[in-house]
Amino acid sequence: MAFLLIFYPLLIAVAAAVITSNRVRPYMLPVAAVPHCVLTYIVVFSNRISETSTWLSLDPLGKIVLLLVSTLFLFCSFYAVQYLHFRNDRNNRIFIVCLLTFLGTMSLVTWAHHLGLMWVAIEATTLVTAPLIYFNHTRLSIEAMWKYLLIGSVGIALALLGTFFIAYSSLHAGLDATLTYDVLLHNAPQLSKIWLHAAFILLLVGYGTKMGLAPMHTWKPDAYGESPGLVGAIFAGATTSCAFLAFLRIYHICYAAGEQQYMSRLLLFMGFLSMIAAALFLIRQRDIKRMLAYSSIEHMGILMIGLGIGKTALYGTVLHILTNGITKGVLFLSAGNIHRAYGSKNIEQVHGALRILPLSGSMFLVSFLAITGSPPFGPFISEFSILSGMFDSHAYFSGALFLVLLCIVFIGMGGTVLSTVQGNAPKDIKEKGTFKDGFWNGAPVLAMMIIVLILGIYIPEPLAALLNDAVEFIGGQS
Amino acid sequence: MTNLLNAILVIILMLNLFTLGTTRIQSIIRIVAFQGILLGILPLITHDGLSLMAVAASIIAIVLKGFAIPVMMSHALRDVQIKREVEPLIGILPSIILGALATVFALLFASQMPLANENLSKLIVPSAIATILVGFILLTTRFKALTQVIGYLILENGIFIFGVLLMEAMPMVIEMGVLLDLFVGIFVSCIIISKINQSFSSMDTRILSSLKE
Repeated sequence: MAFLLIFYPLLIAVAAAVITSNRVRPYMLPVAAVPHCVLTYIVVFSNRISETSTWLSLDPLGKIVLLLVSTLFLFCSFYAVQYLHFRNDRNNRIFIVCLLTFLGTMSLVTWAHHLGLMWVAIEATTLVTAPLIYFNHTRLSIEAMWKYLLIGSVGIALALLGTFFIAYSSLHAGLDATLTYDVLLHNAPQLSKIWLHAAFILLLVGYGTKMGLAPMHTWKPDAYGESPGLVGAIFAGATTSCAFLAFLRIYHICYAAGEQQYMSRLLLFMGFLSMIAAALFLIRQRDIKRMLAYSSIEHMGILMIGLGIGKTALYGTVLHILTNGITKGVLFLSAGNIHRAYGSKNIEQVHGALRILPLSGSMFLVSFLAITGSPPFGPFISEFSILSGMFDSHAYFSGALFLVLLCIVFIGMGGTVLSTVQGNAPKDIKEKGTFKDGFWNGAPVLAMMIIVLILGIYIPEPLAALLNDAVEFIGGQS
Repeated sequence: MTNLLNAILVIILMLNLFTLGTTRIQSIIRIVAFQGILLGILPLITHDGLSLMAVAASIIAIVLKGFAIPVMMSHALRDVQIKREVEPLIGILPSIILGALATVFALLFASQMPLANENLSKLIVPSAIATILVGFILLTTRFKALTQVIGYLILENGIFIFGVLLMEAMPMVIEMGVLLDLFVGIFVSCIIISKINQSFSSMDTRILSSLKE
């Protein structure tokens, strides 16, 4: 099963590389995504134990991220067909091959139970996503790609050093040097504390760079701003979640080693720093895609805070991976439509999106409400659950700060979003605009919005069981 | 064996300082290539008894770090007009001094940390940390895109030295995966550098500053 999920997209990637027609090639994306998604749902929700080997195994945490990645990719793949046809002037070979390889490497991240293998997969996702940013071939996109690759690679290199430190902490404790996740979890209490602490900091910085936590977030607005909306959706929804999963593995090992106290302070610090940095830059943000990047930084901060609080907030944190990921999909895809219709992503030019693009405009507005934690959408439930976890663990000050920051973010984003969707559209776009809401660029957005809504109202039984499994797996109260 | 190991590690540390002390990018590439070859030898001498695995790991590391990557970098350098690092953030002499300080710091740091396998050379951990720090110095104080990539390569070299201690933890397949990622990473960077050069007629990263708040 693991091999199928990992290698099937790679196989289709090879096929896409061979196909010469620029119009036919985009169809390879759904060809890869649909079976991948079907298989994912079978693997995730069947009760059979899906362990394949000591290196590849799907635990509840991996299941949640795999579910998110596969679902998000499915919707993006349909959207991509229409998008790439619209942009038929560009050769899309490299773009499609990279996207498909990316799906394979992300699946590998979710299955990997060897920290070295997981690192290889995460680094591979960095490498195959760099060319995606360059799709528009502008000077700005080169700059964004360069910053992303350099900052990302250095961050990931630090994560490799941290991974080695974990193996060394095992060696130092007189055990065999190993990076197998299950063995490390089992031996966690014996691991050498000082090396484990050093490893934790390096991995926090390393995978934190990939997630885009402040202060290592500087590549993020540039990369999200310059790449096509659908790449932004996959970046903000899937890549960051994979990096978070990698970090969760480390958290889990340190948690099993009894280091909750040590980690908590660092995680809360990083989390709040990210939220504060994001809130500051969200105020009066003029670029809608950069705004979404800062929102992603904010939500990575929320995930870190959830981990920092620990036990009581774990359920909310795990749920937030899903709700944030899907909502980001809606936001980026609808922002992509708006960008294309106006030929700009600056709020000076973009007004009245509700009139020009009734569907995308309204989805952009509704998903803004969802991501800032308004009921009745999914992120409200997960953020509320994290918040109540804070008060349950008597972290009153953190809870208050969290609420204040959420308010600032709401007001900051609100200004930009309302100015985008309301008002009168510029005349030339009203009359001559060629890009309209259609089935293929609208339906995926709408479908994901419905999922976000459902997650806010009622979490289906199998998913609820999966979430509880995941929380129990890390060792919290479900 | 320990003597030979120490000798190699000392040479690697000296090569680090050489990379900081030269402005010709081609020379830096040659120095790093030589460092790569020395690194490739490490797995052979740290493990008693030559296993097929160790030999294979060593050959692949030498081929990639000593030849393939440097050739790729020289290739990227060919179209560039200015082949020197002009006006780095901090001068050549101060960077060498900084590199030396980093090495001293690494030795002090390693003497503070509790080390395992004392029977193997005590120099491995400090050399690894010193090399990583030198990579960082190159990354942050040089402005030419290619020199920054070389800094990244030296950073990875330092991590590779640390990895020598942990051969059992990293199975062959995964070790290869790490090297492949490094290779592809530098390959992609070299392509980006040539794109930067085409679009901006320079590979000074200071011109990449249009994107900001």
